Amino acid sequence: MANKKTKLPFKGTKEQEEQLRSFIRALPDKDSAVITVLQKAQEIYGYLPEEVQLIVADELGVSPAEVYGVSTFYSQFSLNPKGENKISVCLGTACYVKGSGDIFNKLVEKLGIQGGECTPDGKFSLEACRCIGACGLAPVLTVNDDVYGRLTVDDVDSILAKY
Amino acid sequence: MDMVNIKINGMDYSVKAGSTILEAAHEVGIDIPTLCYLKDINAIGACRICVVEVKGAKSLVAACVYPVNEGMEIFTHSPKVLKSRKMTLELILSTHERKCLSCVRGGDCELQRLCKEFGVEDEGRFDGENQHYEIDDSAVHMFRNDNKCILCRRCIAVCDKYQDVAVIGANERGFKTHVGCAFDKDLADVSCVSCGQCITVCPTGAIAEKDETDKVWEALADETKHVVFHTAPSIRVTLGEAFGMPVGTNVKGKMVAAIRRLGADKVFDTDFSADLTIMEEANEFIERVQNGGTLPLITSCSPGWIKYCEHKFPEMIPNLSSCKSPQQMFGAVIKTYYAEKNGIDPKDIFVVAVMPCTAKKFEAGRDDQAAAGVPDTDVAITTRELARMIKRAGLKFAELPDEEFDNPLGESSGAGAIFGATGGVMEAALRTAVETLTGKELEKLEFTEVRGTAGVKEATYNVAGMDVNVAVASGLKNAHALLDKVKSGEKQYHFIEIMACPGGCVNGGGQPVQPASVRNFVDLRGKRAAALYEEDANLPVRKSHENPMIKKIYEEYFEKPGSHKAHEILHTSYVARNRY
Repeated sequence: MANKKTKLPFKGTKEQEEQLRSFIRALPDKDSAVITVLQKAQEIYGYLPEEVQLIVADELGVSPAEVYGVSTFYSQFSLNPKGENKISVCLGTACYVKGSGDIFNKLVEKLGIQGGECTPDGKFSLEACRCIGACGLAPVLTVNDDVYGRLTVDDVDSILAKY
Repeated sequence: MDMVNIKINGMDYSVKAGSTILEAAHEVGIDIPTLCYLKDINAIGACRICVVEVKGAKSLVAACVYPVNEGMEIFTHSPKVLKSRKMTLELILSTHERKCLSCVRGGDCELQRLCKEFGVEDEGRFDGENQHYEIDDSAVHMFRNDNKCILCRRCIAVCDKYQDVAVIGANERGFKTHVGCAFDKDLADVSCVSCGQCITVCPTGAIAEKDETDKVWEALADETKHVVFHTAPSIRVTLGEAFGMPVGTNVKGKMVAAIRRLGADKVFDTDFSADLTIMEEANEFIERVQNGGTLPLITSCSPGWIKYCEHKFPEMIPNLSSCKSPQQMFGAVIKTYYAEKNGIDPKDIFVVAVMPCTAKKFEAGRDDQAAAGVPDTDVAITTRELARMIKRAGLKFAELPDEEFDNPLGESSGAGAIFGATGGVMEAALRTAVETLTGKELEKLEFTEVRGTAGVKEATYNVAGMDVNVAVASGLKNAHALLDKVKSGEKQYHFIEIMACPGGCVNGGGQPVQPASVRNFVDLRGKRAAALYEEDANLPVRKSHENPMIKKIYEEYFEKPGSHKAHEILHTSYVARNRY
């Protein structure tokens, strides 16, 4: 259950809440609108913390259980915020056979989070991605827009230290 | 009625147009197995156990949702069908925690039965890596074990569609799909009302009540404890089902005999405190009408309804009757009046309430439910738990003699008996309130407008020159709809009865579990309720205020309904709770 609750405190603003609520109130049809509304909510907040999903349930008149069922079903929804620095490890075929799985696991261990999560200090988020078109440099990871290639597990510490 | 001609397994039949293959086959004597389907609750065609072959169809179809058509040719046990069902069972078993020997549902598990019927020989054929879920035992009344869940979603459907509680759903997807609360919270941290309807629809042992029979066995073995049992009105018409008797059999005499043989010091009838509830509630109603109190008055016997009201309609708490439920009134009377009369220290009395209800376990632990300074109820067990105790003691239930409740608190009226059916409390209250207000004896005791299993019933009675509007709702979804109309002003009632479970206590979450094969085709609520109305019709005393023991307890102890002492012992209070 990697995509579960975030450990980070909710920092939503009144303006964001108002924006979301008025979007929902303006919908012509509230039936079957959970996905549409969650997409909008994620656009506003960047992710879908519990507090936001409760606003959605409240406005749509559906249960939080239903909203959570939808938000955890679709991979497009993230229940965790992105970190200040977004780490993305390529688990595509070329990188994977070159050992990117070990690098990913090393990051899980070092950061203490699972894929899809964000560290409690908000500094790093971790996710796996598929091919970024740099197979010649395999195994590859990116931190924000920086690309790191031809990696070994031992490179992880020095990369993290830069941020 | 429109009919269509179809062939099933090569034989010609004329069946109702619009029926599903499942229903049509049942009509002609063929039971197609189901797991996810439950009549009126869940029809999603997901589990694929009910698949049948239809000539001309590209693949097997789900009989539970597929309608019959003119000229349709159906095969319900062709080799293709049987092979598919067996494979489905084997796949379900691959993620099912197969601890069947120690499972609460071992022996009456729907999955187990199907595996046997379809000759599953290798239960581990598709074993592989599995999810492991922690058991959620946070709630007072039940536990959830997702490792035994087969994702049929019956519990989700009943919680949402019947009860409007909707605290569980299907979380995540694919291999990680599991039934749980929003944000994977514990059941104790959400607005679950403890009604237990999810337990009665679960085909396996993934959901069950918390068994408290060990506490009862311990008390029975403790010579310093005076153990008093009392059984709710509906238990007598459902307990027999646990011993293979037909739905709607009244086993009152054998039930009393069994409990006595378990070792209880006294076996009393909750019907007595149902009568007491009526005395207090009818008085509360009359007082509110005469003194301009908060109306409509809403009954408080159903702890599932009370918790729902506290979560979802906190603004209506002032409408709730302050009367404790019959379970709690009984315990309170035992530990005050009865203790004093018999010179027993309330601390040495152990009250076991046998209830059709899992919310009664929650209710027993509520605040303001300890008239004698000790909890009114020590343990509330369900009909299922009592049946388990009787089986463990080796009592041959069907062969037991019919015995009477102990006195004095075993005396009750027909009004108390019908508490177990939706509309029963209303009818019982009307019998007493009308006679009190008019000072005249009722010519006809039956208030038939409030009887029957409809979700919402309403009626207007002219009582002493005043039109009294009453309504009865069972099932919390129905209650929600009714209360919305009250709040909007669309409806004006004076008195409302609400029972959390559809059909009332006879269909409570603590009642014997009937498999889908029975639930889909037998009117459980109607048959069980009919047995209660029959009991009422055959009793010499049918009005609460004419129960001799009720008269005596007011003369000797409580003085009159609504007295200071009655308020201290027989009434309680409520709290607003989180909406979700």
